[in-house]
Amino acid sequence: MTDKPIVRFDKVSKRYGPLTVLDSLELDIFRGEKVAIIGPSGSGKTTVLRMLMTLETIDDGVIWVDGEPLTHMERNGKLVRADQAHIRKIRARIGMVFQSFNLFPHMTAMANCIEAPMTVLGMKRQDAEARAADLLDMVGLAQKKEHYPSQLSGGQQQRVAIARALAMRPKIMLFDEVTSALDPELVGEVLQVIRKLGSEHDLTMLMVTHQMGFAKEFADRICFFYQGKICEQGHPKEFFGSPKNDRTKQFLHAVLEAG
Amino acid sequence: MWDWSFVLEILPVLAHAAIISIEATLIGFVLAATLGLVLALARIAFPSTALPISVLVELIRSTPLLIQIFFLYFVFPSFGVTLDAFTAGVLALGIHYAAYCSEVYRSGFDNIHRGQWEACTALNLSSWTTFRDIIIPQAIPPIVPALGNYLVALFKETPLLSAIAVLELMQTAKIIGSETFRYTEPITLVGVFFLAMSLVSATLIRAVERLLNRRPAR
Amino acid sequence: MGIRTLIVMLVASLLVIAILATQPAYSLFLPQLLEGALLTAQITVLGALLAVVMGVLAALGKLYGPAPVRWLANIYIEIFRGTSALVQLFWLFFVLPQFGISLEAYTVAVLALGLNIGAYGAECARGAITSVARGQWEAATALNMTRGQMLRRIILPQAFVAMIPPWGNLFIELLKSTALVSLITLSDLAFKAQEMNQTTMKTIPIFTLVLVIYLAMSLVITIGMRYLEGRASRGLARGRTV
Repeated sequence: MTDKPIVRFDKVSKRYGPLTVLDSLELDIFRGEKVAIIGPSGSGKTTVLRMLMTLETIDDGVIWVDGEPLTHMERNGKLVRADQAHIRKIRARIGMVFQSFNLFPHMTAMANCIEAPMTVLGMKRQDAEARAADLLDMVGLAQKKEHYPSQLSGGQQQRVAIARALAMRPKIMLFDEVTSALDPELVGEVLQVIRKLGSEHDLTMLMVTHQMGFAKEFADRICFFYQGKICEQGHPKEFFGSPKNDRTKQFLHAVLEAG
Repeated sequence: MWDWSFVLEILPVLAHAAIISIEATLIGFVLAATLGLVLALARIAFPSTALPISVLVELIRSTPLLIQIFFLYFVFPSFGVTLDAFTAGVLALGIHYAAYCSEVYRSGFDNIHRGQWEACTALNLSSWTTFRDIIIPQAIPPIVPALGNYLVALFKETPLLSAIAVLELMQTAKIIGSETFRYTEPITLVGVFFLAMSLVSATLIRAVERLLNRRPAR
Repeated sequence: MGIRTLIVMLVASLLVIAILATQPAYSLFLPQLLEGALLTAQITVLGALLAVVMGVLAALGKLYGPAPVRWLANIYIEIFRGTSALVQLFWLFFVLPQFGISLEAYTVAVLALGLNIGAYGAECARGAITSVARGQWEAATALNMTRGQMLRRIILPQAFVAMIPPWGNLFIELLKSTALVSLITLSDLAFKAQEMNQTTMKTIPIFTLVLVIYLAMSLVITIGMRYLEGRASRGLARGRTV
C-alpha cells in the first residue's frame, strides 16, 4: 500500500429530488486494498459503486481515480465537467460485476469475454480469445466457453461476468452484491473465485455485500454506511470485534441474528 | 404551386365528402364491434366453432380489404341482390375489422381470471347472466383503447371505397383533380384532414386510457 | 395460431389452388393471376426492405438523435401513420409530378408502401429497443464501450429478436396494402382480378382464387417469421440446463 489513494471520494453528494442518497462522502481507497461496504438497504452503498462506474452522475464533489478526476477534467487550472472522451479514459481502469450478472444473452461465455477487448481495446480476436480462455479457466469454466448465459447456472453466469470484467485488465474491481441473486448453494463458488482473485492479483477491490462472514475474512477494511454517510469503518477484526457506534451494533446484531 | 383561392373553392365540396367518410367509418365500426363480439362469444359459447371461426378470422385478416370490397360489390349481383357501392363498401369494412375486433374481445375475455367463471358456476348463474353481468362488464373497459385504435385504422381505410366509386373524400378529391388537372390541393387537403383526425383521436384514446387506468385495480 | 395449424392452412390453400387449376372454369384465369401475384410479391419484398431500413433509422433517430433529427423522425412517423396509405400513394403518384418529379408507378408503389409500413415499424422498433434491460446498457458501460458500440453490438441484436413478431404482422399489412397499387395502374394480383372480372364477369371463381392466393402468400410470411423468431431466440434462451 502506498500513501496515495487510488480512489478518492472528495465531498461527493448525490440527491434524488428531495432525497439525499449520499451526503458529502469522503472516502480514500488505496492500491491493492480490499474494501467491503455494508449497511442497511437505502444507505447509499450501491450508489457509491455506481457513481465510481459512472452509471450515476454526482451532484457535488469530485471523484479521483489514480490522481486524476473521473467526473471532471482540468481546463485552465479549473475543474469542469468531464466530456465522454475523458470519462472513457479514466473509466478504463475500472471493472464492475453486477448483482443481476447482466451477461449479454445473445453471446456465448467466450463471446461475452472477448467483445469489449476487441471493440474497445482493439485487440486481435486471437489474443482476446487467448486472454478470455485463461480467465474462463481461472473461474473454473473452461468447459463452458461455448455455452450461452441461458444454459448456465446463476453461479456460472456470475463467474463468466467476473471473467468478462477482468478481460479488460482493470486496476479496480467493483462487486455490487454479486451473490444476492444466487441460490444459497451457488454462493460459495462465486466467493471462491473472488478469494482467488484477491490472492493472485494486485487488484484494488470494492464490494458491496451482505455476506458478513466473507467480508470479515476477506476484506482489509469494512465501511458501514448509514443514511448516506460512513457511520463507522475499520479493520474487520476491530469492526466486528468491538464496534463503537450504536448504529453499527444494532445493524450487526440484526444481521447476525438473522444468520 | 399552391393556390389558396382554389382551396377555398373546393373546401365545401370536400367537407361534404368528409361527412360521407365519417358516416362510413361509424356505420362500419358499429358493424365491426358488434360482429366481432358475436364471433368472440360464439367461440366461447360453442367450442366446436372455435377452429372454423379462427380460420375465418385468419382468412379475413390475411387478405386485402380492397379485394374484399370488390368481392362484395361484384358478387352480390350474381345472387340477384344488388348492393349500392356505399353499402357494399361499409359492409366490407365492417366484416374486415370485425375479424380484428373479435381478437381484441378474445384477449379481453382471456384476461378475466378463471376464478370469476368458477364463482359464477358456484352461484349457479346461467351462462347468459354470467356473460352479461359479470364477464362483459369486466372484459370490455380494458380493451376500449385497442378498439379505439381499430376505429382509427378503419377510418384511415375509407379511401379504399373510392375504388368502387363511393363519393367519399378520396374519390371526390380525385374527381376534382381530373376535372381541373390540379391534384396538389385536393389530395394534400385529404391528407391533412386524415392527419388532423388521427392526431386528435390519438389524444382522445390516450385520455380514455388514462381514465381507465385510474379505475380501481381488480 | 399454432405453427402446425398455419402450415396445414398453407398446404390446404395450395391444394385448393392446385385443384381449382384443374377445373376449366378456373384454370383459364390462373396464369394471369399468378403473373399478377409475382408483381405483388416483388412489391412486398422491396417495400419490406425499405420499411425495415426506415423503421430502424426513424426509431434510432427518435430515441438518440440530436433535436433536429428527432423532429424529423417524429414528423415522418406522424405523417405516414396519420394519413392513409392510399392518400400517400395518390399523393406521390398525382401530386409529385406537379412539382416536376415524375416517378414510375412501380417506384411510387414501393416508396409509398415502404414508407407507410416503415412509420409503423419505427414504433415497434422503438418499443423493442427500449425493452432491452437497463442492465445491458450498464454492463456495456462498465466495459467502457462507446454508445455506438453498445447499440450496434449489444442492444440492437437483442432488440431485433423482440422486433420479429410485430414486424411479421406489419409485413402482412404490407402485403395486403399492395392491392392498392392496382389503383395506380400497376398490374398486380388485385389489378388482374379486377381486369378479368370486368371482361368475363366470372366474379366468384376469380375472387375465390385471388383470395386463396393472397392467403397463401401471407401464410408464407407468417410461417417464415415464426421460423426466424425461433432461430433468433435460440441464442437468447437455448433450453435452460438448470
